[in-house]
Amino acid sequence: MKASGTRIGLEVHCQLTNLKTKLFCSCSSDYRGKAPNIYICPICMGMPGTLPVLNKKAVEDAMMVAIALGAKISGEMLFFRKNYFYPDMPKNFQISQYDKAGGVPLALGGFVQIDGKGVRIRRIQLEEDPGKLSYEGTIESSTHTLVDYNRAGIALIEIVTEPDMSSPKEARLFLEKLRSILEHLGVSDGSLEGSMRCDANISLKGGKRVEVKNISSFKEVERALSFEITRQKSLIERGLGVGQETRHWDEVRRITVSLRTKEEEQDYRYFPEPDLVPFVITEEQTRDIERRMPELPDKRRRRFIEQYHLLPQSAEILTRVKAIADFFEGCAKLYNKPIDISNWVIGELLPHIRDKSIGIDELRITPKHLVDILKLMDDGTISRETARFVLQNTLSTGKMPYEVIEERGVKRVVDRDYVKKMVEKVLEEHPRAVKDALVDRKVANYLMGKLMKMTEGRLDPKLAGEMIKRRLSELSKSATF
Amino acid sequence: MELSAYKLVGRIRAKELRVEDYISSLYDRIKRMEKSVHAYITLTKDLALKRAREIDKKIERGDRTGRLCGIGIAVKDNICTKGIRTTCASHMLESFLPPYDATVIRHIDDEDGIVLGKTNMDEFAMGSSTEYSYFGPTRNPWDFDRVPGGSSGGSAAAVASSMATLALGSDTGGSIRCPASFCSTVGLKPTYGLVSRYGLIAYANSLEQIGPITGNVEDCALLLSCITSHDSLDSTSVNKPEEDYTKHLIDDVNGIRIGVPREFFGEGTQDSVEKMVWNGVLGLEGIGANYEETTLKSLQYALPAYYIIAMSEASSNLARYDGLRYGYRIPDKSYDWGTVFLKDRRFGFGFEVKRRIILGTFALSAGYHDEYYLKAQKVRTLIKRDFEMAFKKFDVLIGPTMPIPPFRIGEKVRDPLEMYMCDVDTVPSNLAGIPSISVQCGFSKGLPIGIQMMAPPFREDVLLRVAFSFQRNFPTLAKVRDK
Repeated sequence: MKASGTRIGLEVHCQLTNLKTKLFCSCSSDYRGKAPNIYICPICMGMPGTLPVLNKKAVEDAMMVAIALGAKISGEMLFFRKNYFYPDMPKNFQISQYDKAGGVPLALGGFVQIDGKGVRIRRIQLEEDPGKLSYEGTIESSTHTLVDYNRAGIALIEIVTEPDMSSPKEARLFLEKLRSILEHLGVSDGSLEGSMRCDANISLKGGKRVEVKNISSFKEVERALSFEITRQKSLIERGLGVGQETRHWDEVRRITVSLRTKEEEQDYRYFPEPDLVPFVITEEQTRDIERRMPELPDKRRRRFIEQYHLLPQSAEILTRVKAIADFFEGCAKLYNKPIDISNWVIGELLPHIRDKSIGIDELRITPKHLVDILKLMDDGTISRETARFVLQNTLSTGKMPYEVIEERGVKRVVDRDYVKKMVEKVLEEHPRAVKDALVDRKVANYLMGKLMKMTEGRLDPKLAGEMIKRRLSELSKSATF
Repeated sequence: MELSAYKLVGRIRAKELRVEDYISSLYDRIKRMEKSVHAYITLTKDLALKRAREIDKKIERGDRTGRLCGIGIAVKDNICTKGIRTTCASHMLESFLPPYDATVIRHIDDEDGIVLGKTNMDEFAMGSSTEYSYFGPTRNPWDFDRVPGGSSGGSAAAVASSMATLALGSDTGGSIRCPASFCSTVGLKPTYGLVSRYGLIAYANSLEQIGPITGNVEDCALLLSCITSHDSLDSTSVNKPEEDYTKHLIDDVNGIRIGVPREFFGEGTQDSVEKMVWNGVLGLEGIGANYEETTLKSLQYALPAYYIIAMSEASSNLARYDGLRYGYRIPDKSYDWGTVFLKDRRFGFGFEVKRRIILGTFALSAGYHDEYYLKAQKVRTLIKRDFEMAFKKFDVLIGPTMPIPPFRIGEKVRDPLEMYMCDVDTVPSNLAGIPSISVQCGFSKGLPIGIQMMAPPFREDVLLRVAFSFQRNFPTLAKVRDK
């Protein structure tokens, strides 16, 4: 889906999931899977007379993100109130940051490299997450709205890009890269449900900017943007024009629905949060955080190429997700065959993850498992085919590779008598192929294939090849009478 | 029971007075006076007597006692008290029970002070007369037909009528000093950041402070010493060592430089007020101080700037009252949430509160924000600067607290602008964040007049010294005698 003159900008909200507490109070932030409204206190419930106190660790985490994205950090943290009524916000305003009216966000500028293209960052800011609304059944059928404030006050960073992406795919690549960066920093775990959410701005040549809200995952981003491009394109083609508006992505129906037009835009009445004093960020602090920064995906990719002699493309794929890069390095530390490992991770593990759409942390395999399989293959105990089989089996059952091999009897067969017996059997079953093979020796490969298939690839290929050759030459001798 | 807290603590510790007897006598007084004055919204007699007996036991055992040893304190009803309803004099919070104490309440408890009850006020501290209370007005103990000032009218009236020995109020634009002046008591608005605001239900966060309302300057210094602290729960509270303000109670103003800004005697200042305040200044000169007339030009814009900032902050602070989590909720719930919020707020808030929310919302709106809110903030910066300049020349600035003596109940409620005008002399201190005290200056036709003294930030010591000297040398009746 690529249309000429398409400009896409993203507003990404990432929870700082490694924090133990909320942004302005000491409530636990570990709300997932918990009973509703248990991690709340007078402060995050905005009860009368309570005051927010800034979580300084959150500022450090957000600074780390800013540094990682190459953004310029402001000298002080200023918070603003964003005023609007909504039942998920206990105070009916959100403590956020603002870049106008004397406000300044945590950081300005920055840059993310995707697929040989740069996406500029406009600003990075820190704010609080609202609570969560849920309905019994659907919104339409539910007679009431339920509110869970466990999430209210969780630290959130907002990253706003310039409209530098030109296709839904680029938007997805950007988000994947961003997630990898955040995971390498250890500040946000993108695999947690709802930890990364985004709004997208999209405009086509000849149309105005449309904002799409309520996109909950990366897959949805691609879908929502593709839908919008088709919708806007058809409007423009029919000469109807695209006006500035805000739309809502309906995940179920997979369409966008108009929320409000430009004239109906909300007025948030921003003004400085009087209960928080400006939090001064010194250059010393910035340098200190810089010193403590972990290795980032781009640097890791370059290191993979240098240290492990991987192809640039392989290194790129492996570093897209931190857990996968970690898995690869875990294997490489146990077994000094990085290129083989990289091939197996990219060729076998990643497709499995994609097919099952699971996270690598949900895999039932550790680097030791894969290394064991590769070692068995390399010392000739099992064939490549068997190795694949064992890996798939380990992935689906979580059993140790040795167990799978024992259980299924898939150890490579080097017993000459057994191999001989199997060769006889294949030749008997394919008399026409045998006839052809006597004339054209290349057809022997076909018989080899049949043999391996019959034995599920368990025979030692070298031995089996020799046996077929020998049997064929015996047959050709006896046929010359 | 017209003794100062200062003297009472001495008598209680010397076992000349049992706390339980003293607290009981305060409730007897309340029983006699409350019908006419209506200073309290909620009384906590059982809790107070229980606490009194505990402190009596402490004294019997010879345990260490706090600096407020057994003293009965009235607390303005916008300061949260755990398990005791805190209403802000609003229908919206009529049955709100805070699950926490304000930091100042914890300090009072630590110092063995006793909360007598929660005092009446203008709803959400918005007003200068204590007429805008959901529970009805408080009356001035000196003249029951007149207002006690506001918004901490109940606290000042309770002290003036000896229904409490000490009281806590809050001051956003004069809400401690105005009733202190109208009720012939002492009221101090501390430097912004000196007293924790945790648990003070916000009207305009960037302007307000909790402070003492007392019968005399000694008690003011005592109570201030007990409530100041750095509080990690309030990011705007200042981290500075705690101070015993009673050691600044020195009767000596020799060499003190007094500035008298002309702007404090502007249009609308009644002659009797002007005359009495000048008498006060001349009196201070008589005991060794020097004075000079001066001018702070930016003060002419203080009142509009104050109201824009206060209302803007209020419009946001009061957004949380939607009836969903606590507070007033319409009985019929079969509406969508938008309608429920609307109705809860329509019926839960009083008229003046709604007026200020609407005006504040307007001042922050796109297109008006720069013209009103931002401009008001600029004026605020100018006012701060003017005060800084003035304090290079002067140790204290002096003017009237209120431009007029206490007015009649009902006299100004129909004209909000006239009501707002009453705050003209008190709001500058809030905009500048400086400490400011109102002390009894005398009576005009039987009505109390207050004199206001202002000092640079965190110079409560100078303020208390000048105020103490003034009171020592020119004593004025502080409490209503039994009729």
